[in-house]
Amino acid sequence: MLRQAARVAWKDLRIELRSREIVYTMAFFGGLLVVVYSFVFPVDPILVRAAVPGMLWVSIAFAGTIGLGRAFDRERENDTMRALLLAPVPRLSVFLGKAIAIAALVLAVTAVCVPALALLLDAPLFAEPGPLVLVLVLGAIGFAIVGTVFAASLLKVRSRDVLLPVVLYPLLVPLFVAGTSATAALIAERANLAKAWYWIGFLGLYDAAFLVLSLWVFESLVIE
Amino acid sequence: MLAREPDSASLRDAARPGKAGAIDLVKIEKVAKRYGSERALAGVSLELRAGSMCALLGHNGAGKTTLVGVVSTLVRPTGGQVAYESAGKRVEGDRVRREIGLLAHASLCYGELSAIENLEFFAGLYGVDASAPAIGKLLDQVGLDPRARGRAARTYSRGMVQRLALARALLAQPSLVLLDEPFTGLDRGGALALGEQLGALRDAGAIVVVVTHDLEAIAGRADHVAILRRGQLVLEERGAYSYEQLKDLYHRHAN
Repeated sequence: MLRQAARVAWKDLRIELRSREIVYTMAFFGGLLVVVYSFVFPVDPILVRAAVPGMLWVSIAFAGTIGLGRAFDRERENDTMRALLLAPVPRLSVFLGKAIAIAALVLAVTAVCVPALALLLDAPLFAEPGPLVLVLVLGAIGFAIVGTVFAASLLKVRSRDVLLPVVLYPLLVPLFVAGTSATAALIAERANLAKAWYWIGFLGLYDAAFLVLSLWVFESLVIE
Repeated sequence: MLAREPDSASLRDAARPGKAGAIDLVKIEKVAKRYGSERALAGVSLELRAGSMCALLGHNGAGKTTLVGVVSTLVRPTGGQVAYESAGKRVEGDRVRREIGLLAHASLCYGELSAIENLEFFAGLYGVDASAPAIGKLLDQVGLDPRARGRAARTYSRGMVQRLALARALLAQPSLVLLDEPFTGLDRGGALALGEQLGALRDAGAIVVVVTHDLEAIAGRADHVAILRRGQLVLEERGAYSYEQLKDLYHRHAN
């Protein structure tokens, strides 16, 4: 199953490497949000430490949603989702493959937003790089897992662009709370690693719980 | 449109009757499907047998595409069931999907990938030979211009897309071939050539189901006719049909 998931993920990334349409859009939008933040918020060290975690995760959420919608639009264009679901592989491998590709795209956005926030708002985001990378990776995985389930199930719905964030964000609230709390703990004047690891653990549990739930419901949601 | 004529004789290789796991009987039993308050299918029962070509006819909205969706396992019926058999034994799950070749309205192929890349990807999913000679042979069989094979599929003409879609559908040598409006967008020569290919698949022992309004393209090839009207099966007959006979059946029963 994992080999077939990797095949699906590589197909998505191969198409994206060729067109660069989604990653450029996501990265540009994420970067643009950071630029806007840098204009509307004063570069005050105390304010920056308090606000940057929220800015980072809002940028990831918004840019990630754009990428999520477009990644599934691609499967809708020639009805290729049906071809994937028709293949004699566990349908869960289709889910996992799509989620892996989405996670990679979200991580690409974070690779733009994190340095941009550090540069433009003078945020100490590289104070604890190891744990921060772990927070971002777990956050991207969680976003991709939940996002893939909903984006796939809304594929045939006409108003999916509007509905996707409406149904997605309430379920992502715990992820955003954990992500911002962990990031805040890592960039505090005196980094609170114990608190950061607590939230990293929470993110790991969130990902595991939604992975199990998604594997359970995916097939019933995507079959008409 | 069709720059190269397909090789119908070699297309017989694209189906593999008698292989282990080949579906030789599909029993559609009282299948019903509702989309909310809309009734798409109402208790349709039909038997599809190996080595036959079933023409599934009816007006738009009669339920033909929904029935193909149910048989292809992509649409879950709200009532009834579809049973697949291989040498008298029931086949289920992945093993059924392994045997289905679907040619739908859309190409089911990625526009950003070339014909070769599309087929390599799907060959990997189906666990069949994805080598260049195997892919090249299949593309020869459907008659896709060799100069176009490495180009992104989004640059293809309608006829070329249809050939690629057919190659994708036949990639795993399916024993159950479902074609939903396969002649759409093809000119007369192309439609007749594709009809000939479908006859070759039937002769090779596959179960071929064709949803179409193009009666000329399947005349003399379809040996089983099923007509749907407002979700109900109003006619099922087996035999050899000329174009005039098909037209007459259609006008008498589909309206």
